[in-house]
Amino acid sequence: MTVPGSIDAVQKMLEGEGYVCGRALGTVVFLALTLGRPLFLEGEAGVGKTEIAKALATGLGRRLIRLQCYEGLDAASAVYEWNFAEQMIAIRTAEASGGVDRTHLKDELFTEEFLIERPLLQAMRPQPGGAPVLLIDELDRTDEPFEAFLLEALSDFQVTIPELGTITAPEPPIVIVTSNRTREVHDALKRRCLYHWVDYPNFDREIEILQSRAPEAAESLSREVVAFVQALRTEDLFKKPGVAETIDWAKCLLALDVISLSPDVIADTLGAILKYQDDIAKLQGSEAKRILEEAQATLEPT
Amino acid sequence: MPEYAPLDLPENPKLSHNITHFARALRRAGLPIGPGRVIEAIRAVEAAGFTERWDFFWTLHACFVNRPEHRAVFAQVFRLYWRDPRYLEHMMAMMLPAIHGVQEDRTAQSAEKRAAEALLDGAQADLPEFADSPGEETLIEVDASATMSGEERLRTLDFEQMSTTEIAEAKRMLARLSLPVKPLASRRGQPSHTGGQVDARRTLRQAMRRGGEMRRIALKKPRPRWPNLVVLCDISGSMSQYSRMVLHFLHAVSNTQGQGWARVHAFTFGTRLTNITRHLATRDVDAALAAAGSHAQDWEGGTRIGECLHAFNRDWSRRVMGQGAVVLLITDGLDRGDVDGLGREMERLHLSARRLIWLNPLLRWEGFAPKARGVAAMMPHVDAFRAGHSIATLEELARAISDPGDDGEKARLLAAL
Repeated sequence: MTVPGSIDAVQKMLEGEGYVCGRALGTVVFLALTLGRPLFLEGEAGVGKTEIAKALATGLGRRLIRLQCYEGLDAASAVYEWNFAEQMIAIRTAEASGGVDRTHLKDELFTEEFLIERPLLQAMRPQPGGAPVLLIDELDRTDEPFEAFLLEALSDFQVTIPELGTITAPEPPIVIVTSNRTREVHDALKRRCLYHWVDYPNFDREIEILQSRAPEAAESLSREVVAFVQALRTEDLFKKPGVAETIDWAKCLLALDVISLSPDVIADTLGAILKYQDDIAKLQGSEAKRILEEAQATLEPT
Repeated sequence: MPEYAPLDLPENPKLSHNITHFARALRRAGLPIGPGRVIEAIRAVEAAGFTERWDFFWTLHACFVNRPEHRAVFAQVFRLYWRDPRYLEHMMAMMLPAIHGVQEDRTAQSAEKRAAEALLDGAQADLPEFADSPGEETLIEVDASATMSGEERLRTLDFEQMSTTEIAEAKRMLARLSLPVKPLASRRGQPSHTGGQVDARRTLRQAMRRGGEMRRIALKKPRPRWPNLVVLCDISGSMSQYSRMVLHFLHAVSNTQGQGWARVHAFTFGTRLTNITRHLATRDVDAALAAAGSHAQDWEGGTRIGECLHAFNRDWSRRVMGQGAVVLLITDGLDRGDVDGLGREMERLHLSARRLIWLNPLLRWEGFAPKARGVAAMMPHVDAFRAGHSIATLEELARAISDPGDDGEKARLLAAL
């Protein structure tokens, strides 16, 4: 599929993949597609930053290449690695058959045959269906040297392998970088990207998302769940529940055949939305009941 | 020289002019925007079209904002600017202290005022001064011709008992002090003759230079990396003299190259928590502390340690301690707030820190016992408990901080509890 020509078309395409996005996010995605710039998404955990890359890849019919960042990520696991075992065997075979020609061996050993491609290099290669979607997930988990390395890769869409030369992408990949903001990513990298802070959705949008992701939930239950989670986000918690938690929780409730929320049900399933013991302890007892009552009160008029 | 593609501006040159001016307004509001970003924005507007106000907003937003805290400023400047650019200039002129008397009949709405204040941030002439001279706090004048050398005496003298000149000298000594820390092993490798891992890539490259002859296996070892340092400094009334000296120390630590800290994050707290990391980056120590002083508004007020730690845990701990930071907590622990809450917050802080070190100036008194309820609540949750009232104790801290087994006076005081 070709790149959508307007913001509406982007929104519609993502909606077709079950990703409900606001106008703001739609605009940024459209710009990233049109201008060919990397998209830098920042936000709390579980607001759908990674999901957008997946939705975009299936929506456009492109391949999704994911690079999960972690501390100590280096070029060998992000870009390429030589297949040393194969190379050793090749050397031994050449020796066994006699007549080792030095330059010939070198040409033979450092060819694409012995190259193991890692995500960044894969993304530079032409793919069936067009340029792939490259997802660089949780960039904040890696360290500054890798960020600096990404600068080159993301601004010119090329990587250099000393033995082979520079490999340039014939068509720049669609790059999506996500960060949970456990540390500040350097401005030099952000400057090369279009930036968007992914916020928690409002009530109506979250209902839409929930209905799209867990369509088997009854409407009254979805409304209660979303109202409760939204009320929870205004509380003083160490980690506020994200949209992913809302969806998880709704699925938990469905599995337990719950029709309507009650303080007991909430106490039993709290682990699906709150992941810190302090937060769970805070919500034990009358606190959950109070928030539930507040949430139900906001639902009354409809 | 790279070749630049010719820039296709929209047909209406006024729009690109306006975007440029808008970028200048944002720049004055403190957003770091270079000319490259402006060109980018014009291109983006061209691509997205100029149909709807909100699309236009989000298009510029994507190009000009790259930190969440800039979003509010952007929104307000946008609202002001794209209604009438001249009105913004007028607002700014109105807010400038120099022509404060010029008032128009129109009263500004609160958001407009905030935006205009954001634009004027830094342009205000009368910033509150950071009271630096100790003035009447100088208690005892000790004769400088003691048997010890002057510098030696300063090292052990309590900060609270120094005269102005002694303080100046102490500051100079502090500026030379560092906090060396033991590096941690990272997951990255570096070539080494004694390392334990085989570096296959380098082995084969070396072999290729010899026509495939492998003479030596290249080795690598983990490359060292340094942890981050997070400092939480109490600036309430009871700590006033110490916190100033400690801030001098912090400035030295965060600005000297090769200190061994990856990053230093500094926060002050009294009744509320303030992040002064960016102010400390200013090279000149007096300017840096003056900026930090005007930013933290609870200088020499009361203390609410529990609530400030709560705010830190909620808003900052995940952002600054994600990679295992050493936390230096500088406070006297005299908190009159909720003690249970304080204990809980300390526990949370301890759980997310690599190491939590508490510097308490009260420890200089020989007979100090953790009688205060706040101190008793915080004590079990720290890794080390040390004094921090003189240069000598700060030097000791520098030694202790690289020793993971060190717990300072914690054991003695826990026994006294």
